[in-house]
Amino acid sequence: MPEPLLTLAGVHTHIGQYHILQGVDLAVPRGELTMLLGRNGAGKTTALRTILGLWKASSGSIRFDQAEIAARETPDIASMGIAYVPETMGIFAGLSVKDNLVLAARESALDEARLENVFRFFPALRKFWFLPAGLLSGGQKQMLSISRAMIEPRKLVLIDEPTKGLAPAIINNLIEALKELKQTDTTILMVEQNFHAARSLGDGVAVMDSGRIVHTGRMADLAADEALQTRLLGLSLDVHQ
Amino acid sequence: MTQPSDDQGPLPQARIDTIPLLILAGVVIVAFFLIGSASTWVTLTIAGVAMGLLIFIMASGLTLVFGLMDVMNFAHGLFIAIGAYVGVSTMKAFSSAAGSESFLENLGALAPTLLGAVVVAGLIGAFFERVIIRPVYGQHLKQILITTGGMIVAEQLIHVIWGPDLLPLPRPETLRGSFLVGDVAIEKFRLVAVVVGLSVFAAMMLVLNRTKIGLLIRAGVENKEMVEAMGYRVRRLFVWVFIVGSALAGLGGALWGMYQENVTVHIGAQMMVLIFIVIIIGGLGSVGGCFVGALLVGLVANYVGYLSPKVALGSNILLMMIVLFWRPQGLYPVNRQ
Amino acid sequence: MRAIDTLLSGDLPRSRLLALALGAILFALALAPFLFPGTRSLDVAAKVCIFIVLVASYDLLLGYTGIVSFAHTMFFGIGGYGIAIAMTRLDAGWSALAIGTAGALAVSLVLSLLVGLFSLRVKAIFFAMVTLAVASFFAILASQLSDLTGGEDGLTFKVPEFLRPGFRLLDEPVLGVVFGGKLITYYLVFTSALALFLGLLRAVNSPFGRVLLAIRENEFRAEALGYRTVVYRTLANCLSALVATLAGVLYALWLRYTGPNTTLDFAIMIDILLMVVIGGMGTMYGSILGTTLFIVAQNYLQDLMKMASGATRGIPLLPDLLHPDRWLLWLGVLFVVCVYYFPLGIVGRLRHGGARKG
Ligand SMILES: Nc1ncnc2c1ncn2[C@@H]1O[C@H](COP(=O)(O)OP(=O)(O)O)[C@@H](O)[C@H]1O
Ligand SMILES: [Mg+2]
Repeated sequence: MPEPLLTLAGVHTHIGQYHILQGVDLAVPRGELTMLLGRNGAGKTTALRTILGLWKASSGSIRFDQAEIAARETPDIASMGIAYVPETMGIFAGLSVKDNLVLAARESALDEARLENVFRFFPALRKFWFLPAGLLSGGQKQMLSISRAMIEPRKLVLIDEPTKGLAPAIINNLIEALKELKQTDTTILMVEQNFHAARSLGDGVAVMDSGRIVHTGRMADLAADEALQTRLLGLSLDVHQ
Repeated sequence: MTQPSDDQGPLPQARIDTIPLLILAGVVIVAFFLIGSASTWVTLTIAGVAMGLLIFIMASGLTLVFGLMDVMNFAHGLFIAIGAYVGVSTMKAFSSAAGSESFLENLGALAPTLLGAVVVAGLIGAFFERVIIRPVYGQHLKQILITTGGMIVAEQLIHVIWGPDLLPLPRPETLRGSFLVGDVAIEKFRLVAVVVGLSVFAAMMLVLNRTKIGLLIRAGVENKEMVEAMGYRVRRLFVWVFIVGSALAGLGGALWGMYQENVTVHIGAQMMVLIFIVIIIGGLGSVGGCFVGALLVGLVANYVGYLSPKVALGSNILLMMIVLFWRPQGLYPVNRQ
Repeated sequence: MRAIDTLLSGDLPRSRLLALALGAILFALALAPFLFPGTRSLDVAAKVCIFIVLVASYDLLLGYTGIVSFAHTMFFGIGGYGIAIAMTRLDAGWSALAIGTAGALAVSLVLSLLVGLFSLRVKAIFFAMVTLAVASFFAILASQLSDLTGGEDGLTFKVPEFLRPGFRLLDEPVLGVVFGGKLITYYLVFTSALALFLGLLRAVNSPFGRVLLAIRENEFRAEALGYRTVVYRTLANCLSALVATLAGVLYALWLRYTGPNTTLDFAIMIDILLMVVIGGMGTMYGSILGTTLFIVAQNYLQDLMKMASGATRGIPLLPDLLHPDRWLLWLGVLFVVCVYYFPLGIVGRLRHGGARKG
């Protein structure tokens, strides 16, 4: 088996004096979409932020693409080929849709072909191209946020609860776009509470609880095993079904 | 292919919030009726705009520095003072050119004076960022204390170098006095201030809106973490913003010194209060707000100074209170995360 | 021992050296009229007493609540102007003193509430900026409303008969000390200051003080525990303002004068900051050490520097740096060094002895 693109081993993270991640072990295989599940407050967002260096791991190792990155600064980590779609979407509300994407394309000017691809899934973005992103609706903001991660090829994309608070039709739209992203050789680590979305996108799955990974396996196996779902995730899972 | 279902409905319009601009216009119009004399009104308006633009030059860097890194430099006035004092020394060195009747030769004194102020203030800004600010990034309390301490020490050092007395900072010969348009007297130097101020504003707007660096600064003010997560070094950006902001404060200080025609050690501390008021009124982190706020403060100070000199000094704080009651985040609140 | 523990609200100096220093200062202040006869030294002693209270009340904000205010001198000034105005407008008796004090306290309370509610929801930075602006406004106001405040000249006023320098309790001096109005005023100042200081010590060691510390340490957490942080901060701000007002009353009473230079000047604000930080933020005792050191330095260091400056004449720059007027330069440097390396100031050093950084 090839080495995973991203490996966390015994990662601890403290925020102030609070011990949030308490020894996270996680492997994200190349070319797959790994779903990170878990109850609210389990530490999923903290895990993603720690990978990016937005919180510093207090101990443990984070290897990405054969390099140890736990001690590096966020911009350096991101420059290695990681994109981030945060829970809060991180849209620059005062900048136009275009400028949001211009900044996301770090290496060069906007690539026409990739841009067309983005517009194919999210035509709204073309329509609002020169308008401040703050005027977009919640769903459109999420589209923009995901587009920013797709506008240049990245090795790894970290996505935090992209479907939160969105209408079902928009969720389906997002799922299609993410499926397309999977077709490229992008590796994805995604946090999701919506089990429908998780099941239709996930290859592998990891479940967190109280700052640790408590289960890893294939998404299909978890989807088939309701008892396991209930044990790992409680009732929160089925709410969105 | 799935049809996106979220792009129906009318296209929202991009619009800037015009209410603050209307208020600005309203102040100018109301002042016209209160003052009663057209020529006085024109003179005061030009004076107010000149003062406002000078304040804008000094304040714009500070508001960006705060927006970008959550750093409030209580020693920002130091750069103003440095600019003014370097201006005093340079103007003295070029006094023969400054005293000449030829405008071109005067420029030969004005240019090095302003350039000197910009360069020295920028260099000291770079030093200050490295030595004073960097060790206390993210620690607000220490930041306020350290920068205040830095201001005390720097003010004392200025005392040591330039002495405690009020020093004259004469304007170049051809920029003294005023000329008449009809029965309106316009001070020449105010026009210089307006030209320089508008140029700085235009250049800043161009950079912020049309270049990638500018976009990064604006994005960083809104959400620094996200900019870093996209792979950009906000710190490096911040250092340059700090340096440019200090240099601009130096430029503003030199111009302000000439505007007043003299310089005292307290110039920095005095301007600091005005600058705080302006950036609070404008909305912390907002360059556009800083511009409108500065004009508002400059105009109100001049109008009230004429109409009711007793209240003049306090008018700006009353203005700040009114604005904060109406919009607690300032005229143009910056959406920060 | 129990009595001392109660008096100090259980917050003992916890360092022999510190206890010794505090004891010495208390002793010196308590017996100042007898130990250091002479007007200048008694003035210094009274100023130390009053500024200890002023600085301690500022520490309640800075050290215990973690917010920087530049408006502390404003409240100090309100106290001074309160009684000065009352004493000049009404007849100079005890009732005028009471009315002036009560009025000043009321004004301070309202103002501190307003400023607090305005700006404490936002960050420490915003509060600092707003208080700076408000304080400078108040200083302008005081100099402009000259009919009421005497403008730049300030107000000189009469104090109650009993406190006037001319008043004699005993006809003959005892131990070379005149038992008169001056002495009575000094002890009035001294005991009030002592009581106010002990009151502040009680406040910071009460459950209220502990919540303040919790908020300072981690606001996120304190909110999560259900504390209304804005309410606590506003309360701290008001308490601090009220005590500063009382300090202003005492100072005016001692000087029999109130003016912009003795109360509202921004330089005094800077002095207070220096005293708190050098003494030790978040340790009430720091205000005692910081204030004493600072005021003694202010009055006597300059003499020393004059000698040093004279001795280094001929060397470039050095005499300028050592010029007596530059004493603030050196205290400023000390201040910066303290903030970086000794955040707990002198008290922190004494308590932790040889240990590295507090
Ligand atoms: N800034 C913070 N300070 C202190 N604790 C935090 C902070 N952010 C998150 N936490 C705590 O960390 C834990 C994990 O949070 P998070 O990673 O956001 O969970 P999830 O994304 O799985 O819902 C929670 O208990 C939360 O309260
Ligand atoms: Mg989360």
